[in-house]
Amino acid sequence: MPRVNEQGRFLRRRAAGLASEIIAALLAALSVAVLFLIVGHIIVNGLGSLNADFFTKIPKPYGESGGGIAQAIMGTVIMLIVAAAIAIPFGVGTAIYIVEFGRGRFADTVRFAVELLAELPSIVVGVFVWALVVRNLTGYSGIAGSLALAVIMIPIIARSVEEILRLVPDSLREGALALGSPKWKVVIFVVIPTVLPGILTGIMLALARAAGETAPLLLTALGNSFFNYDLRKPMAAMPLQIYTYAVSPYDDWHNKAWASTLVLIAIVGILSGAVKFATRRWKHESH
Amino acid sequence: MSLIRSLADVVRDREPAAPVEGNQKNAISIRSLNAYYGSHQALEDINFDIHPGVVTAIIGPSGCGKSTMIRCINRMHEVVKGARVEGSVLVDGEDIYGADANPTRIRRKIGMVFQKPNPFPTRSVYENVIAGLRLNMPRKSKADYDEIVEKALRSVALWDEVKDKLGASGMALSGGQQQRLCIARAIAIEPEILLLDEPASALDPTATMKIEDLLFELKSRYTIVLVTHNMQQAARASEITAFFLADERHVGHMIEHGPTRQMFMSPSDPRTEDYISGRLG
Amino acid sequence: MSRIIMLRQGATKAADPSDRRFAAFVATMSAVVILLVVGFIILLAVDSWPSIRKFGGHFLTGSVWNPVETEVNKVNFGALPFIYGTIVTSIVALILATPLALGSAIFVSEYAPSWLGRPVAFIIELLVAIPSVAYGIWGLFVLVPFMRGTIEPFLQNVLGHIPVLSALVAGPPFGQDLLTGGVVLAIMILPTILSLSREIIAQVPRLQKEGMLALGATKWEVLSQAVLPYAKGGIIGAAMLGLARAIGETMAVTMVIGNSSQKITGSLFTPGYTIASAIANQFTEADTQMYFSAIVELGLVLLLVASVFNVTSRLLVSRIMARKEGANA
Repeated sequence: MPRVNEQGRFLRRRAAGLASEIIAALLAALSVAVLFLIVGHIIVNGLGSLNADFFTKIPKPYGESGGGIAQAIMGTVIMLIVAAAIAIPFGVGTAIYIVEFGRGRFADTVRFAVELLAELPSIVVGVFVWALVVRNLTGYSGIAGSLALAVIMIPIIARSVEEILRLVPDSLREGALALGSPKWKVVIFVVIPTVLPGILTGIMLALARAAGETAPLLLTALGNSFFNYDLRKPMAAMPLQIYTYAVSPYDDWHNKAWASTLVLIAIVGILSGAVKFATRRWKHESH
Repeated sequence: MSLIRSLADVVRDREPAAPVEGNQKNAISIRSLNAYYGSHQALEDINFDIHPGVVTAIIGPSGCGKSTMIRCINRMHEVVKGARVEGSVLVDGEDIYGADANPTRIRRKIGMVFQKPNPFPTRSVYENVIAGLRLNMPRKSKADYDEIVEKALRSVALWDEVKDKLGASGMALSGGQQQRLCIARAIAIEPEILLLDEPASALDPTATMKIEDLLFELKSRYTIVLVTHNMQQAARASEITAFFLADERHVGHMIEHGPTRQMFMSPSDPRTEDYISGRLG
Repeated sequence: MSRIIMLRQGATKAADPSDRRFAAFVATMSAVVILLVVGFIILLAVDSWPSIRKFGGHFLTGSVWNPVETEVNKVNFGALPFIYGTIVTSIVALILATPLALGSAIFVSEYAPSWLGRPVAFIIELLVAIPSVAYGIWGLFVLVPFMRGTIEPFLQNVLGHIPVLSALVAGPPFGQDLLTGGVVLAIMILPTILSLSREIIAQVPRLQKEGMLALGATKWEVLSQAVLPYAKGGIIGAAMLGLARAIGETMAVTMVIGNSSQKITGSLFTPGYTIASAIANQFTEADTQMYFSAIVELGLVLLLVASVFNVTSRLLVSRIMARKEGANA
């Protein structure tokens, strides 16, 4: 009788629904577990090797224990500062052009170019700077590394500043224009101050990403075991140091690699997590 | 019939208006003005004069082009993408749409207050009042700024309410206070002309009354143009009224203008009479 | 889109001169960005031209990569082993990551209550912030031994007797091989596919879902019959984006894939190279002009392939977003 069939079908449908919910939950749990697994390993393996020397001394020669990655920390800081000095003006300037002044095909081309830059594999960025600057101009150097990082940072900053500028209501711009301000003053003294936190967020995001990049630095800055402040010479960086240490045959260096990874993801993770949290709340408020 | 009479009562109860003379300082002459948004024409062949010392109200149903009209006076209309203006607007005899005219300079002589209050969110009350000065004029001493802030806030009857919280954010005030703050900001740059685009439409009746009282005080110092959809407000606050209407092609025209009294008690054009009596709009 | 844009028509011809200067300034910066992209492509093409001219299509199909001229072997650059490694690891990554990402996206968007779903999504998306080299070191010291000691022997036992599949698991379990490379890539592209899938699923018009619910469908039926078919294109787009990322990934793969053998066997248990890892491993040795040119050509190939998938992904995703606006209009 139809009644029995119906009930059977209904139960089957419910069972299918339940099964799919369970599977989906399991898959999500698995994904979360993977994250905790990786971060957990890094913490466990890295904590033991963290000490004062780690942050203040440079590497010891092959096979000797002790020493640290101070030069790599310095190198990362220096290259990030130089990269930011290049990327921030271009990123913010491009975003301002697109939102406040852009018209027609040129503006569309600019947006397209920014998207293309954002999609470049980082090793290809490294190859580009390697071919252009390292081979002909400066050799392996900190400035080449900074250039490569700047190329990676520009689209991140440009996109996030563009998004933020679009959120500013036109009534703000009109109010300032009606007071007799030229457009550029409206942009710099009224619009930008209103969204300054958001812009800083975008810059932090770009810095977090650049701090963790290895491949482009491999082909440009190359790495260095000694303190080096000269941008024209090879420069160390934390991700490079991790790579060098990890693929070496020495246990002590392996330990240091774990510790460096821990410090690196602490920096990157805190920056990115804070940014994501802040922008999520702020996106929330404006909807 | 009854609506006309009550508006007429309002107008009759007011003081008689001062006689209006031509060709004075801060007079505005609009000649053959046509305004477009892209290919759509918003205003056609507008011609009239606006005099100092009185409040000129622009009334009409939605879509008749009254906001467009007022925005043409301080060259804000063209700020929207695709918008343009033909014709001329003479301020003190100078055509602000002339070949040599600089829109930024022109806007400094004209203050504008918008429909929704728009104080600058990152600036304090104090900073908002002098925002126009800070942005566009040479630095003054703190004492000068203090004086200007107090004068402007007193002019808009806000001084007593905010004098203890000048450092608070501009957004911390009520809607009515924010709008008066915007008026203070507009008059702080000492314009000659003040344009108000439905300044009370987002406010409650009490705040609205305060704004209207303000206009009464301010009209001796500025040439005031007031756009309003509220006929009672026009009747209460203005000496001259211009009536705008859009035709079937949605192009705005000025139907007639004249002393407010006359417009509301005995308009010449039947369309004006229809609008005022509530049959239109 | 901001409406406030100055014009050069009609009455605005005499725009404030300081504005013209500022506009020119930011326009110039934008032009530099465009030049950067154009210069990129041109430089890569120009510097790889010697290699392209000499080896032509053989670059992509030849399997001998011999940079050093000897009496017996001429210099030869055939990148097939690298291309093969890239394809295999990317496919493995896609197969592993997509169900995981999609399932998690469905859980977070449709099944979980929002107090659970949002934090879970946030956590999984944190994976994207972990630098490549961190995945690399974890992969090298944790995953590789695990694969070598546990997973790969297990797979050999299970699949070793099945005719076609046994070829995949042939040979001694290296641990540092293509399979492990694929697994690491899978973890890395998981958050990318997840976040884009979430956006896609959120774009499915509520009208479609409510229509099905009103007919008495269960959540799963709404999903499988209304949401997923509608979102299909976009989800494929999300997978393509993940693929594009996998193709370009360098450090993590380099550290676990072995970088030794150039023989193309059918097995997943052989070490190998990807295009990216080949570049990373060999660039310091590029002392001849031709070797240099070959490496740049590798970069060019990588760029083109990744771009194809990026563009396809964008097209698929934008179609879904546009459709939603149409449906709600």
